[in-house]
Order: sequence, then C-alpha cells, then structure tokens
Amino acid sequence: MGPERPRVRARDMMTQLSIKVNGRLRKAQVEPRTLLVHFLREQLNLTGTHVGCDTSQCGACTVLVDGRSAKSCTMFAVQVDGSDVTTIEGLAKDGQLHPLQNGFWEEHGLQCGYCTPGMIMAGVNLLGENPNPNEREIREGLSGNFCRCTGYQHIVNAVQNAAGRR
Amino acid sequence: MPATPVLPKLVGQRVKRREDPRLIQGRGTYVDDLKIVGMQHMAFKRSDIAHGRIQSIDVSAAQAMEGVEAVFTGKQIAEFVAPMPIGTPFPSPDHRALATDVVRYAGEPVALVVASDRYIARDAADAIVVSYDPLPVVVDPELAMTGKPTVIHEKFANNLAVPLVPSGTGCTPDGSVRDDTAVDRAFAQAELVITQRMVNQRLVPNAMEPRGVVAHYEQGKDYLTIWSSTQNPHILRSMIAGMLGMGEHQVRAVAPEVGGGFGAKINIYGEEYVAAAVSKRLGMPVKWIEDRAEAFVATTHGRDIIGYVELAAKRDGTVLGLKMRLIADIGAYNMLLTAAIPTLTMLMASATYDIPAIRTTLTEVFTNKTPTDAYRGAGRPEATYFVERAMDMLARELNMDPADVRRKNFIKADKFPFQTQMGAVYDSGDYAKALDAALLHSKWDELKKERDAAQAQGRLVGLGLSMYVEVCGIGPSATLPTGGWEHANITVERDGRITATTGASPHGQGNETTFAQMVADQFGVAFDDVTVLHGDTAVVKQGIGTFGSRSQAVGGTALHMASTKVKKKMAAFAASLLEASEDDLVFENGTIGVKGSPAASLKFQAVAAFAYIPVPLPRGLDEPGLSADAYFEPPNNTYPFGCHISMLEIDRETGEPTLLKLVAVDDAGHLINPLIVEGQIHGGLAQGIGQAMIEEAVFNEDGQLVTGSFMDYALPRATDFPHFELHSTVTPTPVNPLGAKGVGEAGTLGSTPSIVSAAVDALSGFGVKHIDMMLRPEKLWRIIHGQAPRQSSGQGPRPGSGQGGVA
Repeated sequence: MGPERPRVRARDMMTQLSIKVNGRLRKAQVEPRTLLVHFLREQLNLTGTHVGCDTSQCGACTVLVDGRSAKSCTMFAVQVDGSDVTTIEGLAKDGQLHPLQNGFWEEHGLQCGYCTPGMIMAGVNLLGENPNPNEREIREGLSGNFCRCTGYQHIVNAVQNAAGRR
Repeated sequence: MPATPVLPKLVGQRVKRREDPRLIQGRGTYVDDLKIVGMQHMAFKRSDIAHGRIQSIDVSAAQAMEGVEAVFTGKQIAEFVAPMPIGTPFPSPDHRALATDVVRYAGEPVALVVASDRYIARDAADAIVVSYDPLPVVVDPELAMTGKPTVIHEKFANNLAVPLVPSGTGCTPDGSVRDDTAVDRAFAQAELVITQRMVNQRLVPNAMEPRGVVAHYEQGKDYLTIWSSTQNPHILRSMIAGMLGMGEHQVRAVAPEVGGGFGAKINIYGEEYVAAAVSKRLGMPVKWIEDRAEAFVATTHGRDIIGYVELAAKRDGTVLGLKMRLIADIGAYNMLLTAAIPTLTMLMASATYDIPAIRTTLTEVFTNKTPTDAYRGAGRPEATYFVERAMDMLARELNMDPADVRRKNFIKADKFPFQTQMGAVYDSGDYAKALDAALLHSKWDELKKERDAAQAQGRLVGLGLSMYVEVCGIGPSATLPTGGWEHANITVERDGRITATTGASPHGQGNETTFAQMVADQFGVAFDDVTVLHGDTAVVKQGIGTFGSRSQAVGGTALHMASTKVKKKMAAFAASLLEASEDDLVFENGTIGVKGSPAASLKFQAVAAFAYIPVPLPRGLDEPGLSADAYFEPPNNTYPFGCHISMLEIDRETGEPTLLKLVAVDDAGHLINPLIVEGQIHGGLAQGIGQAMIEEAVFNEDGQLVTGSFMDYALPRATDFPHFELHSTVTPTPVNPLGAKGVGEAGTLGSTPSIVSAAVDALSGFGVKHIDMMLRPEKLWRIIHGQAPRQSSGQGPRPGSGQGGVA
C-alpha cells in the first residue's frame, strides 16, 4: 500500500496574480506552487524562456524582474505578484532588436539557441550595471549562465558588440 | 566585357546566420514549446538503486490521483512495446524500455504515469512505491571483467559485452590474428618502450535542452507524428515504425529546434518508443520532457575507456610500434551505437603517424552505470589522447621537443591517400604544415622561454602540444548501420525562389545558412531567395542526420549534386529561349545570360516560370518542372587534422590549474562559412578543455552518480576559458566535390591531451610522468606536496598496471 496522501485538490487553492509582463498587465489564477517559468511558458505562451536545469545553475530561464535578472525556474509565480517582468519576447521595441540581440546575431553568439534568451537577459543585466565591461568582467558577469555550444568566446564578442566595443 | 557581378559570392564568407532572428527573440519552437489539444504529460518513475530485483510496484496511490489518465509498470509496457533495438553487429542482452524484473543502473525507468499536467504527472510518479531486492553493484570495469561481485546480464559471462577484438597489423577484418610477428619484432627492436595506463574518463554530454518528445497518434488516419529533440529524425521514423509495427509511410518524425545534441541525441531512446506506443494505445497526444536530474542519469554518457598503451621507439625518436589494450566501460546496456564507439578508438590508433606495426585489442564491459554512446568525438578523442600522451612521454624521456618527436613520425604529405595499419585510408593531409602553423602562431620558442622564466621564478607553468587527426564525414554505407549517405532536394519554384531540403537535420550547426550560401552561389541568385528546410520527414523525403561532423561533407555535397541536376535542366529551358548553347550560359546576378553576349540574358525568374508552362517543351526535355533529388554516398570518410597548443599554470598552494593560452590550428579542408566554423571549433575546444580540467562523471561504489547535478558536475562556465586563438590550414579532401572535411568534433581531440601534457610539463620537476584527467586540484596538490594519490574505484594507479613506467 502506498502512503496516505492529503486529498487537497490544487485548483481549490488557486491564487490571484497580477503581473506586468513585457509592458502588459496580466491577471491570472495560479496554483501557489506554479513556478514563474511555467506561468510564463504555459499560461502566457511566452515560450522563449527555457528550462535547462530546474535548479538555477544554468540560467536558461533568466528573465528580468523589476529590471534585475532572476532565474524564473526557482521562483514561484506568486513571488512576482505586482512586479514588472521582462522576457526575451519583450526586448525588441517597435521591431528594432535590442543591442544585445543584435550583438548576438552579428557575432555568432549562439548555435542551438537554447541558452540564448537567458544569456541575453543576463547580458542586459550586466550592461545595466556596467555599460563598458572588459572581457574578464563579461565572463564573470555571465558566469551564472551555461552555454554548451559556443565555448563563450562569441558570446563575449556579442556583449562587447552591444557595448559598442566591437 | 563581362558583366560586373552585383551579387556577392557567398561561399567562404562570414555570413550572419539566418537561424538567429527567431532564436534571439525567443521565437524558436523546441519540443517543450509544442501544445496539442488534449495532450497528456508523461513522467517516469526511475530506479534509485543501481542493481536489484523488482519485488513489487504499488501504483494505487498514483492511480487514485485526480488528473491521472493511466499508469503503466515495466511489465505492462513490455506487453505492447518490443525490446529495445541496437544498431551494431555485436551481441546484446535483452533490454526493455522500462525494466521488467531487474534494474541495472540508477535512473533506469520502472513505471510511467500519464496525466493531465506535468505537475500531476510528477506527483503521481513520486507516489509509486517500488520495493527491490538489492543485488551487488559493480562500477569498476576491471573488476567487472572478473565476474565479481556480480554478473549483470545472465548470458554475458564476466560482464563481457565484447570479449576481445584484436585489430591492426597482422589482423584480419573479422578480428582474428593472422600474424603477430611484425608487432613482436617492433617491440624486440625497440631501444625504449613507453608504458602507461591511461583513463579517458566518463563524461555527461549535457546539451542545454534536455531530451523531449511529443507523440500524436491520429486514430482516424492511422498515422503517428512524433516530435523529438533528436539529431536524426529519419532514423527515428524508421525505428518508431518498426517498434510499433506501422509502415514508415504512416509515421512522420519531426526534429523542431533542437537545443544541442553532442552525440547523445543520435540514440533512439526508450522514452521515445514508449511515448509513441502510449499515444497509440490511449488515442491521445502525449508529451514527455526530461528534467536535468533525469538527463544526468537517463541520457547516454560518453567516453569511459581505459587504455593500456605501449609505444616502442628508437632513441632518435622513431616510433617502431604501438600496442593499445582498450577496456571500455559501456554501462548497463547496449544502446543504438554503444558497442561501435570504442571501435573508432582502434581505427584511429595510428593518429598522424606512420607507425609500421600496431596491435590494439578492445574489451567492452557491462557495469551498473548509465549506458554510454556517442559523445562529441566519439572514440576519436580517446585514440588521440592515448597516442598523443604517449608521444609526449616519449619526447620527455628522450629530452626532445614535443614538436620534433611528432614531426619525425608524421605520415609525409606526399604519401596520401595513406592506409594505416588499422585499415583507415586517410584521404589527404599535411601534418607538418599544421604543426608549423601552430608553432609560428603560438610563438612556440618564445612560449618555451616564458615557461622557463616562470619556472625559474618557482611558478608551475607548463606547455603542451598535441596533433590530431579524426575520421568524420561519415559514409560510405559500409561504415554505418543506417547507410552512409545523405539526401537532398532542390526545387526552383515557379517564381524563381529556391526551396532546398536536406536530411542533415541540424541542432545548432547553422545548416540553413551554409547550405543557402552554396545554393545561392550555384544558381547566381540572392541568399534571401533560397530557403533550406530540414528536420521533418514529411518535408524531407529521406535522410540520415547530423553526427560525426558529416553535414557539410555529405549533406552539403548531396545538395550540391541536386543543384547541379536542376541547374542543368534549367539551362536547357534557358537555352531554348535564348537560342544559345547550354554550355555558353552563365547564371549570375539573378539572370541567365550568354557568355560574351551581354545583351542576351533572361531573368532567372522568367526561365523558372517558363519551366512550369513550357509551350512548347524544348526539344531534348521529357517533362516540365525544376526539381531534383540527390543522394550522395562518399567513397571514403574524411580525415581533418590539426595541432593544438596549451599553456597552463598550476597554483603551488592550492593545486588549482589555470589555462593561460590555447592556440588551435585546424584543417577542415575548404570552409563554406568561416564564422560558423570558428563557432564549431570554439565549442569543441570548450568540451575538450572541460574533459581535461573539470568534467567527470563520478559514481560511488553503490552505483550512484555523485556528480548528478550542475552543482556537482562542473559544466564549464565563461570564466573557465582564456581567449582562444584560432588559425587554419587548408588541405581539401578528394572524397567530395566541395573539398570540405567537417569540423564539429575537431576541438575535442587536440585540446585535451595538449592540456594534460602541459600539466605534466608544469609538474615535471616533481617526477610525474602522467596525470589522469580531470586535473582536479587535489590530485595536482598531492603531486606538488609529495603525497600519494588516494585510491578510488576505476581510477588512479594500481599495482601491476605498469603505470608511469619506461622499460
């Protein structure tokens, strides 16, 4: 016999959420345990934010919460109630790529593209704190994000490109 | 006067990738981004012990959960899913997608839940209670070979998956020894013999996108569509059809965006078969997405080969003979290509050297670990590592420059094609040119002075150099169980735009860009007028896939051939309109013109339109239209090569190594897009450096993967690498008309031994001759501080292994 389990149905304890995502106010009902990344991907269909490890080491799920980078696979959606969230889909404005997006394209900063949205969001955070980083600072600034394809060198170039150094 | 070209020639240019706009905006579609109405989610219950007999599985709590559609145990799955197939000719034990009676590695699936969302599926899988009768566990292959303390598969005595295959001088292709005398003679004549046991440790491939699959069986149509994160959708289609008893015409396989593969997504996995079979059985679409913890134990691992290497030489540095006894720990089961991977280590045992006598033997052993299969380089990095480390030990013993000992033994540039003692026929090569380029660009002589100056100050700085040659561009068909060709189609549409399809299904290699560059140049049209489609068996009629650095050399050539066919037919249409000879036509700048007559020219688009409404059909043509298929099967593999140089410093106080410099010279033949090639080399270097310095799959004696998360397994970060310096030489291959060899794996070959040799060089003052990877600071600290390394299972020196010896 399996252990006795509490028979609380998740939908009986839904929580109301109100989050600004990419400039639009979104109201939704979520299970309290819903991770931010699943809320974005499953409920808002913003599938550009990826899950690479579930334990916040890889950074593929990085988004901006109130302007600061955050790993959305280890945050509950309810933690960002009332916040302003930016995902990769919200970065380009009026059809114009963000300088980091452009830098990644120009410098071949991606291959399979899976880590790329998180890497770009981490790059946005980095350039926000340090608009003119040197190579060492870029490598350190992105050390919370894994890429298995590029060996990082073209990613470094991409950030330098965005910072106007290439 | 010839017209001035307006459209740039694209082949050879650093063209920005056309894949990128969607990927940098989060608009790529990976498997987990797919949704189908009514789709259910699967989660697996996996064994948490490495070896044991299943006594009971209680699924009642899982079954009772709201939202749970179905629960299956391994036994129930076995009623409708056939045993797992393999693609190699070696004998293989019975292997089920889910264990039925005995689990043989921690992470092996034992039961499955299908539920309405992924959280419920996970909850329910966790609520399944399995009880086991534990069996003894073996993780050390050299212990497992004795049959102690357990035999993992009843019919495989002493856990031998492949008992002993000899290969090399005096051996026949069927693996029997015809004549031992040449090898014996080489060793009898030797003035010195280098002897070393080396471990090429187990690695976890870790593509950033874990595996995932969506299967959708449509009952009314009796048709199954399967989306999977795979490197080879056509092989997936064939295998799924075979396993489900369906025709290949009833199965469509799609590889959408694939977030990296590195060899681990060649294999067709139990989860894919089960998803397809469960979708068919339940009549519902199902999705399964692997989480990272599962990926660590359930996706195949790579490497894990022990080499006992003996190198016979004269005191002038001439190598007379090589013996290499290989023991491959393949884990608990044979997967699709598992047993074949270490045979590539044997095939490449001659490396870049003209070695007159070679004997290798291979034993493959079952242990209670995750199965191995291809991982970037797949067998060739192991060969390179064993031979290059031995060459380095020889140089050190003779007090020769590591470059000189290599140069002395190179296969000379005028001897290609060259058949090695292992039977490989190297297509083309100029190893001295690559070595010279590496010495020049790294400023080798200055580096040596720098090292000596640093050493004189008491700093532990070392230099390492490694050559490599690899076998890739895989074909012909005798070399692959799937057939060693690639397929392509070119269609010039009615409006003059071109649709290209390729069976080389990429996962980051940028084929949409490189292939469009080639096709645009061939037809003289704009890059944006060419679309490259891939990864969908309903769109791409046939294909093999992307692995073994083959997409350009084989897939690119197939596309080139299809283009040539269509261009020839289009020339016939144009010739009739222009009243010119086909041979005088020039395709450029979006026009088809006549050589020497600038006025006589037609828009490319006009000729395309005519080809679909040909009134009248030009004489000599049987049918309208502009479309052609091509299959390219190369007559031989390609053998790219190069030289990698490393400079490393080890902190005397902590033992921590830092890679100061890496200079790579790679020769992959002709390059289509140097920007993409650089990216491929960087990525390969990162994985090669990762293996040398920080990556290792470590199992404890209970068979638990103790490096089973990114907290414990050191996947390289941006801070782990210096700025790589890349250079190239160009030696085209004669085996395809592009002269392209393939470059995806090269970086993993030379970097690894060059770094270990640099570490040995840095610590040479402590009398060390060899250090097994990875270069764990503790290991280096113990060498510096004169403490014997701790014994650990499967690694480190052991009595009687002849480690570190020179006879």
